[in-house]
Amino acid sequence: MAEIKLTKVPFEGTAEQESKLRQELASIKTWEGNLMPALQAAQGIYGYLPIEVQKIVAEELVLPLEKIFGTVTFYSQFTLNPRGKFLVSVCLGTACYVKGAGDVFDASKKKLGISDGECTTDRKFSLVSTRCIGCCGLAPVMTVNEHVYGKLVADDVSGILDTYIKA
Amino acid sequence: MEAKMINLKVNGMPISVPEGTTVLDAAKSIGIKIPTLCYLRDINAIGACRICVVEVKGARSLVASCVFPVSEGMEVVTNSNKVLDSRKTTLELLLSDHDKNCLGCVRSQSCELQELSNEYNCNPQRFSGKAIDYPLDLSTPYLIRDNNKCILCRRCIAACDKYQSVSVIGANARGFDTHIGCAFERDLADVPCVGCGQCINVCPTGALREKEEIDDVLAAIADPKKYVIAATAPAVRIGLGEEFGSPVGSNVEGKMVAAIRRLGVKQVFDVDFTADLTILEEGTEFLGRVQNGGVLPMITSCSPAWIKFIEHNFPDQIPNLSTCKSPQQMYGAIAKTYFAEKMGIDPKDMYVVSIMPCTAKKFEKTRGNQSAAGVPDIDAVLTTRELARLIKRQGILFNDLPEEKFDAPFGIGSGAGLLFGVTGGVMEAALRTVVEVLTGNEAGPVDFTEVRGMEDIKEATYNVAGMDVKVAVTSGLANARKIMESIKRGECDYHFIEIMSCPGGCINGGGQPIKTAYERNNTDIKAKRATAVYDTDKKMPLRKSHNNPAVKQLYKEFLGEPNSHKAHKILHTKYGARKNY
Repeated sequence: MAEIKLTKVPFEGTAEQESKLRQELASIKTWEGNLMPALQAAQGIYGYLPIEVQKIVAEELVLPLEKIFGTVTFYSQFTLNPRGKFLVSVCLGTACYVKGAGDVFDASKKKLGISDGECTTDRKFSLVSTRCIGCCGLAPVMTVNEHVYGKLVADDVSGILDTYIKA
Repeated sequence: MEAKMINLKVNGMPISVPEGTTVLDAAKSIGIKIPTLCYLRDINAIGACRICVVEVKGARSLVASCVFPVSEGMEVVTNSNKVLDSRKTTLELLLSDHDKNCLGCVRSQSCELQELSNEYNCNPQRFSGKAIDYPLDLSTPYLIRDNNKCILCRRCIAACDKYQSVSVIGANARGFDTHIGCAFERDLADVPCVGCGQCINVCPTGALREKEEIDDVLAAIADPKKYVIAATAPAVRIGLGEEFGSPVGSNVEGKMVAAIRRLGVKQVFDVDFTADLTILEEGTEFLGRVQNGGVLPMITSCSPAWIKFIEHNFPDQIPNLSTCKSPQQMYGAIAKTYFAEKMGIDPKDMYVVSIMPCTAKKFEKTRGNQSAAGVPDIDAVLTTRELARLIKRQGILFNDLPEEKFDAPFGIGSGAGLLFGVTGGVMEAALRTVVEVLTGNEAGPVDFTEVRGMEDIKEATYNVAGMDVKVAVTSGLANARKIMESIKRGECDYHFIEIMSCPGGCINGGGQPIKTAYERNNTDIKAKRATAVYDTDKKMPLRKSHNNPAVKQLYKEFLGEPNSHKAHKILHTKYGARKNY
């Protein structure tokens, strides 16, 4: 069973975001098939769909919260986790994987204390595993935002991430 | 206007059925049963499980007969090899990641997946591969969710949403990871689940079941320090026989009493007695509210899932609830105060078992303000199904038993008390008493047929001693929600409302014998069980609660008057708003 990853990151939504969402929902809720556009609007405003945001959608659309949550967890376009300042992607494509990307990914998880798809509670780092990013010659590869790090071993991870932790 | 008739052939036989009929029902009309798993009439027609597939000439693939309407000239085959093979493969795929520990499963022999697998001669080991492994949800005192036995038919979701508008369960995630759960993967105890158990009643497998208290009861019976008494709710005697082969709608009170006595309890009492007591307390409370300008409409408080529902969803209307404890809790409260005192037993040593058609009663006994003697009023709640299992496990030959009578002093119940088991029954019981009290006419009406029946919402107005008393009765929390919303909008001028959580009332409670989808779809189980209640009431010499001699004696010896200070302390309770998410 793949676990649904719920965020532990404290909610930082603002009153402006909430009023913007409620305003957008006021027209969306009159549409037939309003749930998907409502969730897209919400994610567009907050970047992710934590319980606080789903409760607003449930209230405005007069739908049970579980109906919202079931829909959010069905579609891969929706995320329950915010994105951190630095997005750490570890390629688990075939070439990277056979060159030891699994160990690099494990080292990243350990260093950041989060698992695949999650965000650190200080919102600094998000961690995702990706498929081939097209630079197999550098395998195994990790990216942090737009920076690419290649030919890694697991022991490199701590030092690379430290530079961002200090940033 | 008469429906247009459609001509078609099913397995070569020409038939004519009304337009809009599904292929499933068309086949049934000529004696052909198409198997189903996900389909439940009126609430779950989603064509998801693919067990009801049939061949339709000209159709691209097999079609799901539960949602496929008939059309002119259609040719349907329900039993070709292609159809049978498809159903068998679907079943084997369902079995491939199903927890197949069937031998000890509580639903063995009442499991629809097991029955079909057997009919189709399935090989449960045909497909091997990834297996599911979900933790059980044991968070509530009333229910166990075991997703390892779930086939994702979504019948529980439909019951929770359509019957009850509670809507706390749904399908989470996607593909192989799809599972039934609550929002944000919370346990049932952390969402506004009301414990009604309707999800259990519609589950085709053992994925949903009550949390058993059988072992607790057996341990108490075996403990020489415990004085164990048991009592049964009105609807238990109506359902129990079905577990021993009786047709739906059989009243097996006599054998039920005999069986419980043989379990080794000290006394077998009848909750009908405290239902009568409830009428005296609640009727008096109602008259008080009418005469003193109290909060109206007054709403009944016997149904614990309804109480939890209002606490979650309509906290502002809590003052409308009667403060009376439910008959179950009154029974425990009186047993551990009056009866314990009379028998010279320390209430701590008295073990009170309540046998109920209900799962929410297991929650109710854990509520606050339900400890009249300083210890919980009720120690254990068994559902009708648990009682049947216990009787079987103890080797008691139910059908061979003589008919026996309840014990004194709480073995006398009126017909009015019995009516508590069916929607409209509490209202009718109350009217029998209230009308007589207000008019002083002992020969007053006994039958209030306007509040009987299985309609969603029933209304009636009775002119009682010059005053028009407007009443409403409903069952099923989706209907209750409608009434509550109209009260909130100020559209209702009812004086008294009866609400039971389960559609049809306790006879269809979440603890009653489980009926297959086929039985549910093709017979009116609620109406048959209700008929058994009304037929019994009609034949009873004692039909009004206030004439119950045991109730009279209880007031005389112990409580004083209805709604006295002592009665309030022992028989009334409090409610409070609950958080939702």
